[in-house]
Amino acid sequence: MSASFLFSQFMGGLTAAMFLFLIASGLSLIFGVLRVLNFAHGSFYMLGAYIAWQIVQWVTVSFPGHFWLAALGAALGVAILGGVIERCLFRFLYDRAELYQLLFTYALVLILGDAAKFAWGTQQLSVSRPEIMNGGLQVLGATVPYYNLFIILIGPAIALAVWLMLTRSPVGRLVRAAALDREMLSALGANVGWIYTGMFMLSALLAGLAGALVTPIQSIVPGMDVEIIVQAFIVVVIGGLGSFWGTFWGSMLYGQVLSFGILIFPGFSLFSVFALMAVILIIRPWGLFGRPIR
Amino acid sequence: MSRLWGRIPWTLVIFLIVLWVPWLGSRYDTFIATQILIYALFALSLNLLLGVTGLVSFGHVAYFGVGAYLCGILTKTLGVPFLIAFPAAGIGAGLFALVFGFFCVRLTKIYFAMLTLAFSQIVWAICFKWNDVTGGDQGLPEVPFPDLDWMAALPGFDHFRIAEKFFFVTLVIVALCVAALRRLGDSPFGRVLTTIRENPERAAFIGVNVRAYELAAFTVAGIFAGFSGALFGIFNRGVFADYVFWSKSADVMIMTILGGMDFFWGPALGAAVITILNQQITAYTEYWPFVLGTILVLLLFGFPGGILGALDSLARRLRNRAGA
Repeated sequence: MSASFLFSQFMGGLTAAMFLFLIASGLSLIFGVLRVLNFAHGSFYMLGAYIAWQIVQWVTVSFPGHFWLAALGAALGVAILGGVIERCLFRFLYDRAELYQLLFTYALVLILGDAAKFAWGTQQLSVSRPEIMNGGLQVLGATVPYYNLFIILIGPAIALAVWLMLTRSPVGRLVRAAALDREMLSALGANVGWIYTGMFMLSALLAGLAGALVTPIQSIVPGMDVEIIVQAFIVVVIGGLGSFWGTFWGSMLYGQVLSFGILIFPGFSLFSVFALMAVILIIRPWGLFGRPIR
Repeated sequence: MSRLWGRIPWTLVIFLIVLWVPWLGSRYDTFIATQILIYALFALSLNLLLGVTGLVSFGHVAYFGVGAYLCGILTKTLGVPFLIAFPAAGIGAGLFALVFGFFCVRLTKIYFAMLTLAFSQIVWAICFKWNDVTGGDQGLPEVPFPDLDWMAALPGFDHFRIAEKFFFVTLVIVALCVAALRRLGDSPFGRVLTTIRENPERAAFIGVNVRAYELAAFTVAGIFAGFSGALFGIFNRGVFADYVFWSKSADVMIMTILGGMDFFWGPALGAAVITILNQQITAYTEYWPFVLGTILVLLLFGFPGGILGALDSLARRLRNRAGA
């Protein structure tokens, strides 16, 4: 195996990892605050992809920057949808058992999946890469497309932004307080309801953005929602649910195991990821970066 | 009134009624009845965890799948007779549940749910990828029916095809399993499980080994799920990796909650309602998931106790009004 082959394998894993990170970070964020696994997160991702495609159709390809407009519109559209769902329905389930919250998010998966099928049909859709991203960079004899480089850079950038917001800003302090003790924070005069709505929207925004950004690389198909949620789930379980950097390193690990697992056990790369999750769950059920659960 | 209600041996009554389906109904009715019986057993096994013990297992389909694959591999690939393959499928599923449960019961609440989900996805990945044994994404088609030719000798059975004969096998097995589950729920063991559901800390204080009981419940539920899976693989003429996908765990949970998880018969009722609705609605539209999702939302917001829960509170209200 040559160095350039290994390097391109590594870069492929890194690109996949950064996509997963964009998605999984939203999932982990919601879990950290609401303590619920949001199955509908994959549906938000799928809707992001479809909305981006739709906007590209509307504004036509000749319009400069149409792709970025579509990505922005998809992210905002999905965030608004998430906010509406949280305000109108989900918030009434917070004081109910986890089971009902889990099943509600599953109901969203069913409804949104069919709604997308109804609106956009079942055929594969795709979006072309933005023009400035054509071509690639020659590194160690391997070609890395500019778009992949862009994804590899935007992943950590968003990670850093969210992390700074959560740990260094007054809003972040409120969010962390809401995760620790909702009632006490509410008694202190903070509007906990809107903090939750805001976090739900931020999480949906990340999912919608990831869905829009993935369209130049993957075609949009029904079923991409349940497929991605499983991968995001594995990532957050490996990294530790609710742990932000855990999600980051979890996606890095996932991307590389998937990418190099193909070389070691061809046909079993999917299995190697699940095996990794199983081992981590057995040794550290709370994940690599999570804290033990009371 | 309600004491009399409680004394009726419902398992026997339902068994005797459902027994007549192949004679009185069409072939299609028998087909639907078989499917309902199998799903009812699956949902009832889940409710041993969900309703009785209060454990939210989001990966129950793993044991259904293990049972289905084990029975399918034993009868189709290895040619083992059904009489041996069927118990083996239940025991195999139980062993999986024992091993996975050992790790799961160390966690509680949402973490328990997620670990069970993770294990079920591991089972799915194995079923999906292990081509040599499970057939991978092709699955195991043409799982054989058990040898039921002897049934033709029974009076009134001579004109039945194999599918109707298998209905009787399913009915007898499911009735026995349901009777066992019912007995288990009313036993001291079942009472301890309910105590754990109501208050795990207090259960621990009075000397109950909570984890051991939870693990026992998890294993027993796994065995019965394995039985239902084994029946389903034969009924459906094949076992495919789709059956083990996590969304199936949610589907069986919807059945359980729709019927009412606080009632023994709730999951069975839910299985019947969902199966019949599915058949009716898919005849008109391909958007069955949308309908199911909408039912689920209405259920969660309007009738969290399920159908039996709603009927129960209605009956109580009527009785209060009559009393006043």
